Amino acid sequence: MPIARDDVAHLARLSRLALAEDELDHLAAQLDVIIAAVARVQEVAADGIPPTSHAVPLVNVFREDTLVPCLDAETVLSQAPAVEQQRFRVPRILAEE
Amino acid sequence: MDTELTRLTAAEIAAAIRGGEVSAAQVTGAHLARIEAVEPRVRAFLHVAADQARAAAAAVDQRRAAGDQLGPLAGVPLALKDVFTTIDMPTTCGSAILDGWCPPYDATITRRLRDAGVVILGKTNMDEFAMGSSTENSAFGPSHNPWDLGRVPGGSSGGSAAAVAAYEAPLGIGTDTGGSIRQPGAVCGVVGVKPTYGGNSRYGVVAFASSLDTPGPLARTVLDAALLHEVMSGHDPCDATSVDAPVPPVVAAARQADVSGMTIGVVPEFTGDGVQAGVLARFTEAVELLESLGAKVTEVSCPHFSYALPAYYLIAPSEASSNLARFDAMRYGLRVGDDGTRSAEEVMALTRARGFGAEVKRRIMLGTYALSSGYYDAYYGKAQQVRTLVIRDFEAAFERVDVLVSPTTPTTAFPLGERVDDPMAMYLADLFTIPSDLAGNAALSVPCGLAPEDGLPVGLQIMAPVLADDRMYRVGAAVEAALDARRGYPLLNDAKGLA
Repeated sequence: MPIARDDVAHLARLSRLALAEDELDHLAAQLDVIIAAVARVQEVAADGIPPTSHAVPLVNVFREDTLVPCLDAETVLSQAPAVEQQRFRVPRILAEE
Repeated sequence: MDTELTRLTAAEIAAAIRGGEVSAAQVTGAHLARIEAVEPRVRAFLHVAADQARAAAAAVDQRRAAGDQLGPLAGVPLALKDVFTTIDMPTTCGSAILDGWCPPYDATITRRLRDAGVVILGKTNMDEFAMGSSTENSAFGPSHNPWDLGRVPGGSSGGSAAAVAAYEAPLGIGTDTGGSIRQPGAVCGVVGVKPTYGGNSRYGVVAFASSLDTPGPLARTVLDAALLHEVMSGHDPCDATSVDAPVPPVVAAARQADVSGMTIGVVPEFTGDGVQAGVLARFTEAVELLESLGAKVTEVSCPHFSYALPAYYLIAPSEASSNLARFDAMRYGLRVGDDGTRSAEEVMALTRARGFGAEVKRRIMLGTYALSSGYYDAYYGKAQQVRTLVIRDFEAAFERVDVLVSPTTPTTAFPLGERVDDPMAMYLADLFTIPSDLAGNAALSVPCGLAPEDGLPVGLQIMAPVLADDRMYRVGAAVEAALDARRGYPLLNDAKGLA
């Protein structure tokens, strides 16, 4: 089933990518080819085969609960795009009334 | 003298420094001069840290003067992929979204290198966020293959591989998620190693696909790769997926370089259609060589390896779409469109559209698709089942043989620009390397000659079971020694791109 351009626009919204119209066209065509290729996994008889999310199984990994110094605010904020009153300044996150 | 220093192996350099025949400062100076001479043509580095390198070398010389015991790689220069955080150098991952970012902490591997007295010369070019097979996806332009400057050095760790092949550094470090160390190693004619997953810390390695990402060494000899492997590896409490097990004895194995009594399996699925004739010829010769050196060779079918590539291109993008959500323009990195009228979400979407390149966007979208409701079972779920079947193929094979072998890549280095806008063609470069990433086992690429039709290097891939990394070093070193003896000189002497 070919991927529709509307689906690609929806994926871009979910991915938080403000893509231009021509980028959407280009990507729609490429994703169509790639998805058709990766869909080959569906040919494999895998009934009853458990999924693997991690190749080297490890469970309940703990480390010693020891105090270590953390980064100071000045160091952390030195790489921020915008800073105000020793905090990250961000654009508004709530819609205007 | 200075030119000769750049021709030495890491083992030779370290011994000469320990013996007082040369200072670490001289060695670093020679490599910085080489970098200055060839970088305009190779473009392996995104950032050369000359001052920090000289300071690190001086510290090694002071420790020697004070009578300290120096480690096996003290004073040896190294090219570090720009995906490892470094407190005193920028870390960009080849992305405009991180242009100029100076991380506030060192990766565990960066820290281990410094503690071992390894001299970090700078940060090397890579496909953006390690997604690619050519370095052409770098936001800062591609690196060039020292064998032929019109061709790609492979990727994503192409900068480190090119730096080692161009004698800018005897050692490099890369990361391998689908072949990103072995494939550039193969096409640049150097040794590239993907250790067992979890053997090397991912702390401070900017994440691409967390269940696959594996740091590992690049070097001009198998022994040098082994020396670096032992310095960088080992359990790290900062990485919950780090394996708490002894580092396999890879240096001893590289010195042993003997395959007598070993059983070696050829994977028939990887010697058929789509493999360049000269690649297949050199591979077949290498297998015959192993037999003549006393190994028993047999064919071992791995029927699900053919499905590893499609499974990988569902699993890796799914993990990437999640990992790269952290680039939200709020705490670090690029921010676009913050003019007081736009919401945080609009700024986020504008920044990500501007800051990510085409391949990264493709993978984020593909991963988002594979994980979305309604498609999850058919794509991501199915790919995870295929991953289990690939692991079972390996387990069955390793009951019969000690290691598996295949060509590392289907073709030699391809021309710059050839596959840039054909993602599927680019993805095929990793066809033979992906199974070991999905299964987490160890794999190594060692040069096995030149393809007659284009005179470019071919890699032999040796795959070993989980935590049996030493086996592939044993085989790789035996192949290297026999081929060097037959040829009479190291393969890289034939690289004429910088002549």
